[in-house]
Formats: sequence, structure tokens, C-alpha cells
Amino acid sequence: MEIIIYLIPIAVFLGIASLGAFVWSVNSGQYEDLDGAAFRILGDDDKPISDVRKSRP
Amino acid sequence: MTDLALPSDLGCPSRLAPPSRDEESGDLSAFVQKGAGEQSLLLSIRGAKCGGCLVKIEHALLALPGVTSARLNLSTSKLKVSWRGQLSTAKITSTLTELGYGVSAFCEDRTEQSAKQEERSLLIAMGVAGFAVANIMLLSVSVWGGYGEMGEGTRTSLHALSGLIALPVLLFSGRHFFKSAWSVLKNGHANMDVPISLALGLAFSVSVWETANGGAHAYFDASVMLLYFLLIGRFLDARLRRMAHAAAHDLAALQNRSVTRINSSGIAEAVRSADIKEGDQIVLAAGERAAVDIKITRGTSSIDESIVSGESEPRSAHPGDVLYAGSINLTQQLQGSALGASSDSLLADISDMLNAGEQKRARYRKIADKAVSLYIPFVHSAAALTLIGWLLSGASVRDAVLVAVATLIITCPCALALAAPVAQVVASGRLLRNGVYLRSGDALERLAETDHIVFDKTGTLTLGEPVLVSETSNELHKAAKLARASRHPLSRALALAAGPGQIAQDVTEYPGLGLEAHIDGQRVRLGSADWVGVGAADASSGLALWFQIGEGAPVQFLFEDQVRPEAACVLGNLQASGYALEMLSGDRAKAAQHVAATLSISDWRAGVSPQDKAARLEALQQQGKRTLMVGDGLNDAGALSQAHASLAPGGAIDVSQSASDAVYSGGLDSIPVILAVAKRARLVMRQNFALAAGYNLIAVPIAVTGNVTPLIAAIAMSASSLIVTLNALRINLKEV
Repeated sequence: MEIIIYLIPIAVFLGIASLGAFVWSVNSGQYEDLDGAAFRILGDDDKPISDVRKSRP
Repeated sequence: MTDLALPSDLGCPSRLAPPSRDEESGDLSAFVQKGAGEQSLLLSIRGAKCGGCLVKIEHALLALPGVTSARLNLSTSKLKVSWRGQLSTAKITSTLTELGYGVSAFCEDRTEQSAKQEERSLLIAMGVAGFAVANIMLLSVSVWGGYGEMGEGTRTSLHALSGLIALPVLLFSGRHFFKSAWSVLKNGHANMDVPISLALGLAFSVSVWETANGGAHAYFDASVMLLYFLLIGRFLDARLRRMAHAAAHDLAALQNRSVTRINSSGIAEAVRSADIKEGDQIVLAAGERAAVDIKITRGTSSIDESIVSGESEPRSAHPGDVLYAGSINLTQQLQGSALGASSDSLLADISDMLNAGEQKRARYRKIADKAVSLYIPFVHSAAALTLIGWLLSGASVRDAVLVAVATLIITCPCALALAAPVAQVVASGRLLRNGVYLRSGDALERLAETDHIVFDKTGTLTLGEPVLVSETSNELHKAAKLARASRHPLSRALALAAGPGQIAQDVTEYPGLGLEAHIDGQRVRLGSADWVGVGAADASSGLALWFQIGEGAPVQFLFEDQVRPEAACVLGNLQASGYALEMLSGDRAKAAQHVAATLSISDWRAGVSPQDKAARLEALQQQGKRTLMVGDGLNDAGALSQAHASLAPGGAIDVSQSASDAVYSGGLDSIPVILAVAKRARLVMRQNFALAAGYNLIAVPIAVTGNVTPLIAAIAMSASSLIVTLNALRINLKEV
């Protein structure tokens, strides 16, 4: 059972690391817009498609 | 920009919102924030609902010269544009309006910033508590799992480790409750945070004591779990309040227009309406809406005061007349001096009425308040009686204290704290999807109680715009040539009925009279009965325009402020579901009677002043009726704040919107939806409180008899909180 001497600190450290990530994400405003980011990634350079559409009479 | 002119390209590509047909947003240069070499502008966008809108707006703006970033927040519809160099704000706003979106300037106020801060700190506190719950549970589960087999040394060290994690977390995340409890205790009062702080503090100290003495039961896990659930409730509540505030602020931003002021050196400049001081000289162009009250000094024009008085027919304004904020200047440019709110009797009266209404609403007792006032004495006397009972029956002080603390922990109001906020958050999210903005959470309870609905006429039951009702004739197309040159509502209605076409040359507009032009060498006139020489005897009393070619016989065009197409159906349904309906109008009796007859409202009054409207609602309240007022004008604001609950349409003036509990966009069909959701939310809140009470009825006997172990406390607390949350989600399930 001596292994828990290592395991418990590892578990607590992992918890603290994810807590740190959470605090960082809150403070950098990532919870301000939960809907937009998912769409923004789709909005990159789809130029050929829009060109085809615009050239239609 | 020709490719954008296709109607299908305007506005939201997913058709979630119709393209905006707003008038120009005006000059927004007064709202630009200047940074180091970079300028930025915060805008509120109307009509942006989907990812397509986001991509369309951001790409169009980034294509403008000098724009460095453009980010649209899809959840709040706020757009931040930054640019370098010379780019005019007009170019930015016109790009957006050409895409089919409505634009207005947005400035973040201080309340909003502090609310955002509070929400963030609650979210972080919740995250920290969640971390502690997970880690302590890891240790606790091994203690529970090894019960009877684990040695005392291992158990005590695991408990001590739990305590080490719990202490900083309790101090950090619990500070929200401790601070609030301390501030009310200092003033000799008590709120929900007092029993919470007591339970948290006692649970922790007893656990420390037990750990130090090598005892079997420590409640570190229960105390942080308690904190975690309570913070979820607190966070949801803060978020809802901020959303409600932001929605209200957003609507007020629609009025964030700039005003043209003439400065001391005689030059016209654009300033924010908030910066206008009493006595400033203001220019009001034809078609512009007055942002402040003005005393006219130069110019004569027709003004549309329908939003101020409910009167649907424009009146003519001359130097010396007062023009109230919200009225629209129709024909000629006006100049005037701004009036302070205090010097103005109508606005002062209305703000008095608003204050009276606010005070009345503050006295309203929410379901949650009632529940808390029953709960606190019950729990504390139960814990005290447990302590005394066990001591009397010969238990040791240590055992008696342990059992009493276990009682306090297990009855701690997790489910009670979640019962109302969760239901309110789910209901307001449900309403938001229907285009309804709730202004406060407790509004749902008051909306659910109403039984008597009072409607305003102009703009609420009717479209607020006249529509041509007489037969279309050959003259219509000739008259339309003149009408297209004017912004008068009747001219616009005439032009709309005639469809697109030519505009006559050199149309002259005579305020209060009509239009004149020469077509094919003949003088043509369009305007009032006097303008074409028709005697008062022949003129009918309704909304009408007369048209005359040369000296020929005048032709009459009749108009009507038409009832909204959905009104009859909605009102019929409301009547069928047992609501009493009433109509109060500031308009003439004839116009009101017509609408009342069309909608079969038997109870109606016309020519009612703002004071009379408020008095009528007061009288209805005295009769024991729970009134719901629906209105949009400045003349309804007093009545809206006086009513038990109130609604305003999205086109309403900002005073009316801030006086009401919820604002709906779209038509009257929102009203039955709002009432149904409010009723369902109230039902769910009551069920939740019943569930929380039922939970206590089961838990208290177990605790009082000393059978609660930390394992039972953890299961019971999380189960009750989950049940309450899941029950609230049912509001979303049923379609209205």
C-alpha cells in the first residue's frame, strides 16, 4: 500500500493542473460566447464556393 | 454591392430572423474608442442568429481597408471592430445595414462590468469547489470501501489529507457565503447564507476534531460538496440576472442614437444623446426620431407622436411647441433647444408613476422567500432539539454534538437553493428562443398569477401604421408620384399601396396641409381636406388623404391603422382560457371602437390619459384582480409599472421596456407562450420546493436518530440536488 504515497500526490497534482486550466479559460473570456467559436472555424477561406455562387447570372 | 441587393442575401442566411428594415443608424462617430494608433467600436447587432451571420459579418468587415479585427459574439450579438487609419464609422454601419442587419452603438455600463466580474468569480469559486469534491471523494471512497478493514492510522491520514484540501477551498469558495452572512448578522438580520455558513463551519470543525481524535467519521467531503452545489445555484442566479440586465441594456442601446447639436461657433456636430444638456441647440432632420425633449425654436413640420400619446394621426408643430422624446419629425427640418427632464410635466409625471410601481413590486414576496422563512426556524430547532435530546438520554457530549451537526449538514438547503434558480434559468432560456427577453427571474411568478389582461391599442393590438383601405383607382398611381416624396405616414402608406414607380418633379411639402407639384403643366395637390378646398362637412373623421388634379373634383383615400393579423386568434384563445380582456387607448373613441369590435373586446375605454391608465390598473388591483398590462407607448409606462405584471413589444419606447417584466419580439402570439411557460415554471418551482421538503422529511428522522454516516450524507445531498435539477429541465420538454 506504500504506492499511495506516490499516487495521491499525483492525483492531487492532476486535479490542480486541470483547475489551473479552468481558471485560465474563464479569465481569458472563453465562456463569454459558447456558440460562436464552433462556427468561426467553418468560416475560413471557402473562396471557390462563393466565387461559383457569385458568378452565376 | 449589387450582389448583396438580392433579397435572399439579406440578413440571416438560415432565416432565423427576418432582415432588418431599420432606418439608418445615424452617425456613430461619437461612440468610437481611441487606443494607441487603433480605434475600436462596440456595436449591438440585430438579426444575427447563426454561424452564417457570423461568417458573413466578420468577412465583410475584414475586407474593409484598415480593419484589423472584427469579432461577433453570437451569444450576446455584440460586435467589436478595430481598425487603423482613416475609416469612417458610416462605412462600417452601412456595410452592416447593406448585409441586412440592424446596428446600434453599445457602451458597456458599470453595472454590467461588475455583474460580469461577479459571475466570473462565482464560476471560479465553483470550479475550485468542484476540484475539491472530486479529490476528497477519491479519498473518502477508499475510507468507506475499507470500512472495518482499514487501520486507524491509514484512515486518520486520509482524513487529514482531505482536511488539508478542504480548508483552503472552504475559505476561498465559501467566502461568498461567509461575507454575505456576516454583513446581515451585523445588522441583526438573517438570510439563507447564515445557516449555510453555520453548517459549513460546524461540519469542518467537527471533522477536524474527529480526525485529531482518530474518529471514524469525518465530513470534509460533505462540506465541500455542499459548497459545490450551493455555488452552482448561486452562479445560475447571477448569470440569469446578468442576462436579464444585458437584455434590458441591449434594448436601451437601440435608443443610443447620436443627436446633431449646434455648438457655440455655429457648427453642427454629432454627439451622444446622453451628452445633451438643457438648453443645447438641436437640429432634427425630417424623418428623425427625437432623442430628447425639445422646445421648437425654428421651423414648422408635421410630427408623429403615436409612441408618446397613442394618437395615430400626425399633428403639426410650430415654434414654441414642445416635442417629446420618441416622436418622429415627418416633413421639414426643425431646430430647437433641449429641455431638462425636470422642467417637463409629462415625463416628470410618468417617472413619479414608475417609482410608485417599483416600490410596489419590491414588496412582492417570492415563493423562495416564503420557503426560506419556513425553513430556517425548522432546521435550527431540529438540530438544537437533537442535541438536547441526546444529552438528556445520557449520550456523551461528543456523540450528541456529532449527531446534531450531522442533522445540520443533511438538512442544509442544497436542493432549496437550486429549486428556484434552475427553474428560472431553464424557463428564461426557453423564452429567449421564442424572442422573449425576461427582465427578472421573479417576473415569471407574477406573470403566472395574472388573470386580467389590459391591452394598449396603437402599436400593440394594431400595427401602428396606417394602411390604405379604399379601392385602388387610376388616381392612386398619380397620387403616389407625390406621395413617394414625403415621409408622412399616410403618404408612405399610399406609396406602399401603389408599389414602386416614379416621383413627380419639384414636390413641395406644406406642413399640416399637404403636398403640391406640377405634372404635365397641371397643379396637383395631395393632403388634408382644407388643402383641396373640401369643407369640413364633407370630410369624414377617419384617417384620409385628398387628391386633386388642377381644379377637378377631389378624390378621397381612406386609411386605417389595421389590427395585427394574429390578434383575433390570440385574443380569442386567451379569452377561451379564462382571461378577462380589456383595452385602454389614448386614441379617439371611433378608432378604438372599431378595433374593439373587430377583436370582440367588450370592455374598452378611449381617450384615456396616462394618469387615467395607471389609475384604472390601480382600481383593478383594488378589486383583487391580478392584472397583466401589455403596452408600448410612453403613455403606457405608468400603467405598465402599476400592473401586477407587464409586457412590452420589442418596438416599444425604452421607458416602457424598462417598466415591464418582459419584452417580446415578433407578434402577439408570444403572449400565450409567455403565460404558458411562466405557469409551467411556477409549477416546477413549487414541485421543487415540495421535493426539497419531502427530502428533509425523510432525512431528518434518519439524522436525529443518529444513523447518518458521511456516506449517507453524500448520497442524499447529491441525489436531492440532481432530482430538483432534472425536474426543472422538464420545462424544456413540452412544446407550447
